[in-house]
Amino acid sequence: MSTKPVTGTESRQTERQDNWWIEPLFTVLSLGLFGIYALWVAWNRQHFEYGPYLSPFYSIPLPGVHAKDLEWLPISPAFLVLWIPLGFRATCYYYRKAYYRAFFWDPPACAVPELRRAYRGERAFPFVLNNLHRYFWYLSVPVVAFLWYDAIRAFFFEDGFGVGVGSLIMLGNVILLSYYTFSCHAWRHLAGGCLNCFSKHKTRYTLWQRITRINEGHGFWAVISMLSVWFTDVYIRLCSMGTITDIRLF
Amino acid sequence: MPSVTFRVFRGDQTGGELKDYTVEVQEGMVVLDVIHKIQAEQAPDLACRWNCKAGKCGSCGAEVNGKPTLMCMTRLDTIDTSKPVTVRPMKTFPVIRDLVTDVKWNYEVNKKIKPFTPAPDTNWIMYQEDVDRVQEFRKCIECFLCQNVCHVLREHNEKTGFIGPRFLVRTASLEMHPLDVENRLDMLKNEGGIGYCNITKCCTEVCPEHIRITDNAIIPLKERVVDEYYDPVMAFFRRLFASKKRPETAGTAADD
Repeated sequence: MSTKPVTGTESRQTERQDNWWIEPLFTVLSLGLFGIYALWVAWNRQHFEYGPYLSPFYSIPLPGVHAKDLEWLPISPAFLVLWIPLGFRATCYYYRKAYYRAFFWDPPACAVPELRRAYRGERAFPFVLNNLHRYFWYLSVPVVAFLWYDAIRAFFFEDGFGVGVGSLIMLGNVILLSYYTFSCHAWRHLAGGCLNCFSKHKTRYTLWQRITRINEGHGFWAVISMLSVWFTDVYIRLCSMGTITDIRLF
Repeated sequence: MPSVTFRVFRGDQTGGELKDYTVEVQEGMVVLDVIHKIQAEQAPDLACRWNCKAGKCGSCGAEVNGKPTLMCMTRLDTIDTSKPVTVRPMKTFPVIRDLVTDVKWNYEVNKKIKPFTPAPDTNWIMYQEDVDRVQEFRKCIECFLCQNVCHVLREHNEKTGFIGPRFLVRTASLEMHPLDVENRLDMLKNEGGIGYCNITKCCTEVCPEHIRITDNAIIPLKERVVDEYYDPVMAFFRRLFASKKRPETAGTAADD
């Protein structure tokens, strides 16, 4: 049986008339710029703290360890943190869609021809490693827990409890990161998706349903949480540099 | 009535070309209406497969302005008719004639999937929460638009090592069934080629039944394959509790 499509229906150029290129362009720009910014922040090793505020790039997920205590390290302490969210996002099902489309053009958009002919998918190195996504999820949970600790600490100034704009930004950031982390497909599977009989596991079924609800917006949480990490670091950095003043609401 | 030019593929297995037809259109028309109008007024030999004209039979899949869609569900007011509108057959499958393609490969693929297999003494009582998930997959009308748009089949013609989104959905409906005891993970990993799928979600985008193919079928199956083949911790626990993992021998519904 011949399965090759007939010549004449094949076209190396898409006939799509909509602006399909906007999504991959946005992905290239946002991921590219964020990647460059994250590397610069990590190498910079300055202005990551202001008062009770700590940049999420420098939130070390080890009890009692603060980034400024690790200045003796030959590498930036940010690298002790960054590999975890980097691995989590690189293997995330949403980001996989985003970077396969935008960076590898596999495909750039639906029904748009690809550039390269060889394709092995996620069956061979390096993309077969995407199957380890759940392990990065395990590691991301303590990172988020420490970010919650940092966000709560951001409400305790030298003169006691207070609320600054930075406190609210850090709180908003960790809420968005929590949504992203706990809407993960691997977590959804581990929590209950692996079961066939939900009726025998009511608690896990309820948990699975709740994860499913936020999982529907996993892509949204992925993008918005990345932007919030970016914004939080920029805010703390500008406060630390004296460029802007943090406003204490009370 | 405004006139719109339609560029329709005319040809067969040996080749073909786009032919222009100018048609007077009316408010509320869909692309399939236009194809019927061309058949009635200009090209009675234009071949097109259709049946229900209600988005339920899945027969009239084609590519309108490069987008895989059901012609009967594509209203003219959703596309730019100021320029010629291109209508081609589904690219992934061999053309029989004009807009009709040969989709029999899909039925061959279907045979690779082990059918529903209940345990010998199954208790047939099922609860709604157990079947909610698989009922979504039963909405599939087999239009094969997901197979058509999947780049693994469309661009790489990987029709021997990959079963495509439609049959990943069918496998999911069986694997997640509360009363099925068969294991299809080996098929999924090997001849099913689930590793070819890179989650670009085009299948979900084109599904006329709005089945969340990637999130609800393919990714959960990928995670089950990870459980079985890529997760050493899970493998350790599976061996540890292996004796408790075969409920089918007890004659009750399969679980976990």
